Amino acid sequence: MSRIRLVAIVFLALTFSAVLFADFVAPAPYAKQFREVPNAAPSLKHLLGTDDLGRDSFSRLLYGSRVSLLLAPAAALLSTLIAAFVGGSAGYLGGWFERVALAATDLSLSLPWLFLLLTVRALLPLNVAPVTSVVVTFALLGVLGWSSSGRVICSGARAIRESDFVLQAKALGCAPHRLILRQVLPNLQPVLSAQFWTSIPIFIIAEANLGILGLGVAEPLPSWGNLLRGLENWPEVKASPWKLAPIVALIAVVSCFQLIFQKRENLAS
Amino acid sequence: MWIRALPKHFLRLALTIMLGGLLGATLVRLAPGFGVDERELDTRLNTQSIELLRQSHASQRNILGYYRGYLAGLFRGDLGVSTSLDRPVAELFAERLPVTLHSVGIGVAAGWLLGFLLALPAALFRWKAYEIFTAGLSGLFLSLPAAILGLGLVYAGGPASLAIALVVFPRVLQYARNILVQSAALPHVLAAHARGLHRTRVLLWHVLPNAAPLLFALAGISVSMAFGAAIPIEAICDYPGIGQLTWQAALSRDLPVLVNVTLLITVITLAANSLSDLASSAFVRQRI
Repeated sequence: MSRIRLVAIVFLALTFSAVLFADFVAPAPYAKQFREVPNAAPSLKHLLGTDDLGRDSFSRLLYGSRVSLLLAPAAALLSTLIAAFVGGSAGYLGGWFERVALAATDLSLSLPWLFLLLTVRALLPLNVAPVTSVVVTFALLGVLGWSSSGRVICSGARAIRESDFVLQAKALGCAPHRLILRQVLPNLQPVLSAQFWTSIPIFIIAEANLGILGLGVAEPLPSWGNLLRGLENWPEVKASPWKLAPIVALIAVVSCFQLIFQKRENLAS
Repeated sequence: MWIRALPKHFLRLALTIMLGGLLGATLVRLAPGFGVDERELDTRLNTQSIELLRQSHASQRNILGYYRGYLAGLFRGDLGVSTSLDRPVAELFAERLPVTLHSVGIGVAAGWLLGFLLALPAALFRWKAYEIFTAGLSGLFLSLPAAILGLGLVYAGGPASLAIALVVFPRVLQYARNILVQSAALPHVLAAHARGLHRTRVLLWHVLPNAAPLLFALAGISVSMAFGAAIPIEAICDYPGIGQLTWQAALSRDLPVLVNVTLLITVITLAANSLSDLASSAFVRQRI
């Protein structure tokens, strides 16, 4: 393993630990207002200062990272499961089922998923709670982002179906469920894991784009998307460069994912 | 001849568009807030008025009925009326589509030029330092949300098409580099090098023709990437195109605009992918 990948793994491990234990690491709750010090500069009490509502920016960054870093893997898991079910069964069963499933995958691939995501996200109830908005946003990412993974998994499953060891197992009278559990799934595991890990940064960035547009996680719950909205006021950011912390954190985390899973990405594509 | 495949291709395209539109409309219909009108929050309205508002959305509740009516209108050239802007959707498209097509066209072309020019030396010469530089550069831009690139361009005073180019180029750089590396490692290419053929001749006669079908496919995909990036970029840059219209429609729950935009982008995406498929198969057949 190269040194740079090791550094990336350590950085991600530290970041995940910090966001998992945000309740203990953060100096204040994410919604608590320090009304006497709005827009404060970094200090020992407020490591990244405060926002215009007087909320501690470091705490909001930690909690926001928790939302993005815990729910993006959940969305990736959901999309990989859907892709594994559709693509895996299509590739393994073959015949008309494969043709129908591939047609559905192509249909789903042809839909502009960001436009569709924006449309469905915009049609949430008016009085949606912040927690519901975050769950729905990431669930939509998971449900709409499965198709490209489905195609890759389908071709992987097809290759396994046509392999000699599966033919031999079938000839020996291996039961279908045993064949799937003991032969097909373990051999599909590298493709599934590649799809899972490469989906995470994609979903993190998709949420960030939605959040900047005001269609992501609802306030006061922080996420990288709505924290990045603070960058819209450039004169203020120029005067207080510590407000760039959310974008620096986003670039660092997504780059680390890319560094660690570069080989898997090649496998996934 | 590949031309014989055209009618089948168009039929498949039309069928996919119809099914895609139905799927889009179904997803919208299943959204938990479907049929909810912001005017319901107006405290001056009594229960009867709110009920009347809800009934006005009743025609959209039956998915098949709604879609049938929508398709019938579509064939007459009637895309409906925007509920938030109170203008025909066709008129809005006629106004805004050329703006987006212009910025996406320039963005894709510039992104390809930059990405491909950077990928060529990375694939052909395999200089370690250059590889690290291109990997770092593409990694950095891949980590940035399109909206942030748009924001950067607003502050720098650059055009929206440049932000689209910056979204497209790292993907082109990464994939084109991989495709060219694979193509350059083929046995006949190595044999050509061994026989002392000039590097440019090997590139133009052996590496690029082998990579062409995959590069055509990448070109098709980059069009849909660019349209996806157009929403946040146009919204942030205040650029009066389809992306900005989609964002405004999403914020004001303008269903007619949203459904039509989804269908329009599906058509453009499919057309771009079909063109790249046709170009690829025509190229392969010509070589055979």
